Amino acid sequence: MKDVKTPPSAEGRGDTVSRRSLLGAALAAVTLAPGITLYAGPAAAAADGAKRWGLLIDTTRCDSGCSACVTACGAEHGWSDAGRARPDQAPQWVRKVDVRDPATGRTASLPIMCQHCAKPPCVDVCPTGASFKRADGIVLVDRHICIGCRYCMMACPYKARSFVHEPVTGQRPGSPRGMGTVEACNLCVTRVDAGGRPVCVDACAGAGRSAILFGDLDDPGSAISRRIREVAPARIRDDLRLDTGVYYQGI
Amino acid sequence: MARTKTAFATLDSRSSRFVRIAGLLAAVAAAGGAAALYMEHEGHVVTGMNNQIVWGLPHVFAIFLIVAASGALNVASIASVFGRTVYKPLAPLSGLLAAALLAGGLAVLVLDLGRPDRLTVAMTHFNFRSIFAWNVLLYSGFFAIVGVYLWTMLDRRMNRWTSAAGTGAFVWRLVLTTGTGSIFGFLVARETYHSAVMAPLFIAMSLSFGTAAFTLVVSALYRIEGRPLGDAVLGRLARLQAIFVAAVLYFVVIQHLTVAYTARGGALEAYLLGGPYAPMFWFVQILAGTVAPLVLLLRPEFNRDRRNRLLAAGLVLLGGLAQVYVIVIGGQAWPLELFPGREVTSAAFDGTLGSYDPTPAEFLLGIGGVAVSLLIVAVACAALRFLPESLADAAVDPHHARADA
Amino acid sequence: MTGVRTLLIALGLAAAAVTGVLAAGEGTAPSPAFRQWPGECVADAPFMRRNHMDLLKHQRDDTVHGGIRPANHSLNACVTCHAVKGDDGHPVTVADSRHFCRTCHDTTAVRVDCFSCHTSTPGVAK
Repeated sequence: MKDVKTPPSAEGRGDTVSRRSLLGAALAAVTLAPGITLYAGPAAAAADGAKRWGLLIDTTRCDSGCSACVTACGAEHGWSDAGRARPDQAPQWVRKVDVRDPATGRTASLPIMCQHCAKPPCVDVCPTGASFKRADGIVLVDRHICIGCRYCMMACPYKARSFVHEPVTGQRPGSPRGMGTVEACNLCVTRVDAGGRPVCVDACAGAGRSAILFGDLDDPGSAISRRIREVAPARIRDDLRLDTGVYYQGI
Repeated sequence: MARTKTAFATLDSRSSRFVRIAGLLAAVAAAGGAAALYMEHEGHVVTGMNNQIVWGLPHVFAIFLIVAASGALNVASIASVFGRTVYKPLAPLSGLLAAALLAGGLAVLVLDLGRPDRLTVAMTHFNFRSIFAWNVLLYSGFFAIVGVYLWTMLDRRMNRWTSAAGTGAFVWRLVLTTGTGSIFGFLVARETYHSAVMAPLFIAMSLSFGTAAFTLVVSALYRIEGRPLGDAVLGRLARLQAIFVAAVLYFVVIQHLTVAYTARGGALEAYLLGGPYAPMFWFVQILAGTVAPLVLLLRPEFNRDRRNRLLAAGLVLLGGLAQVYVIVIGGQAWPLELFPGREVTSAAFDGTLGSYDPTPAEFLLGIGGVAVSLLIVAVACAALRFLPESLADAAVDPHHARADA
Repeated sequence: MTGVRTLLIALGLAAAAVTGVLAAGEGTAPSPAFRQWPGECVADAPFMRRNHMDLLKHQRDDTVHGGIRPANHSLNACVTCHAVKGDDGHPVTVADSRHFCRTCHDTTAVRVDCFSCHTSTPGVAK
């Protein structure tokens, strides 16, 4: 019996995508067994190695009274559960942080989520390769092979990841999450693959602030690249040289 | 000069003392297993662990046992690698204890995973950039190489390979403990860990904890059947123990000086030496686990009494457990520095010390691992001839015998 | 030597017998525990019965790592199409023994790991 194509190896994933799109173009349908087609049509390989998705957050438009991005993320991915007995075990895909400079008294408020590093420490330390970076720069947890060792949480400088401490039911269809595995901001990868933007970007605009800009950092002509050239934003813990994909203006 | 061959004999597994001890160990191990099942079923919500302190008491026990494991091999290394014949009769037990401690530690580590049912995933998916993945290989390799080493010692036809296997095991254990220390040392994000001194610190800790564990285990095993155990062996181990305790202290001092020297390290040192984990550091790790054993082992008025040597070994283990606790828990509780020099607050505990209250389930899992290790030793000593019939001074040290004659 | 040969022959016979049983089972009617599902699946039932796990696993790696999200081999498509309505008129979750996946997995005693993370019911409209 012809077997289903084996999954691509972790190392070769980047170029597998382009190979697959070539194949998909040549053969609109791959015959698996008599009468069975693997692809009904050419499937879009969404993780594009020519792109690097990122965010630019204008902290001058953000303030500590607003948490629209956090609320929207919790609703979109089904992780918000206020009023739990142990807030220290609460899931935290994105959080609002207030920063104050004791020397000048200047304050800023900003959301911190996975910074989608180009050189992510969580990916380096993950023993099974469950922590990985997609071709387009989005850092994800493959929870099918996450064993729940939490070493990535030890390694992340941003405390961006949380561990699911209890059984979960009623997950959102596009956002699987389960007990014993680690989770974090996935840059709304399902929306992005469908050509959309992360939900926090829309929520921030909906709250009348439009402080979050999403786009392709590798495209010099994109709105986000132009703004980054213009305003010279900072990145959190840039001294670690992790080349994060989330920029902050005004800190 | 021909030495008389050491005679080895198994422990009598039917003696009531052996049955009582093995039964107790099995009961504790079973309680640990039950705690693991409970944690796996309910999730880590029933532990004190959280998103700030992601590794808790089970990791403290696991790392303690794994570190002690490689040090327990020390006695065998001295015999096979450095050719000290006095330790030769003890070498098989040393190898056995090393493998048993590692097995107990790994059992705790694995059962504390979020998905222990996916152990096969950890065995089949390797990310070779991960120190954790290296450790999976180092631990498996340790069992293999200690197994071969034991074979060369226990099977007379294989004796000529003992030195080679012993050297291999010695090198392997140094690499293994370097790997364990580097789990912490390579974490750039955490200023409490990010230091190359973690690897040598862990090696010194392994020598100290392993020697203490070996001292206590060999004494306990010889008491079960009242076999003779002379001071020649325990006295030598006690002198080694003092050196190893001092070595650990040296690396601890170096580590603190490194932090304290920089301007930004001031707050961290104040936390380490005066914060919530400071009492455990000062009173358990330093006073009980370092100063007291050094006094007991070095002062002539104390160090001739065997009970003081055993007490010192026990204190070293207690202090060692506290030291691993301070490193693992205290190190994580220190907040990550997102914006150097600024004050940070959030609903997710940014800028505040993490808090951790271990639950009984976690303690049972950890102590269960200790019981598993000791049970393996007891059962193996009853099944195979690991223990010399006599470790009386005349039996282990011909010079001693001549001096007496 | 004869012992080894006998063992090999016995193993070969056993393998042949098992293969025969499996081959015979392929074309015949499913056991009562199998749900006779009305309507079309992405492939015919005997194929799906044997290969759904491979399709899902293949799709899972494509989706998670490559962002390839075709509609037909996704777990969400499975649970949407195969939803079983409970007494209250809503689709039952995998906690209910009538759930499509469970009717078979209970019989074959194969643990489904999917639903420890994925929802077992059709997606609700936002």
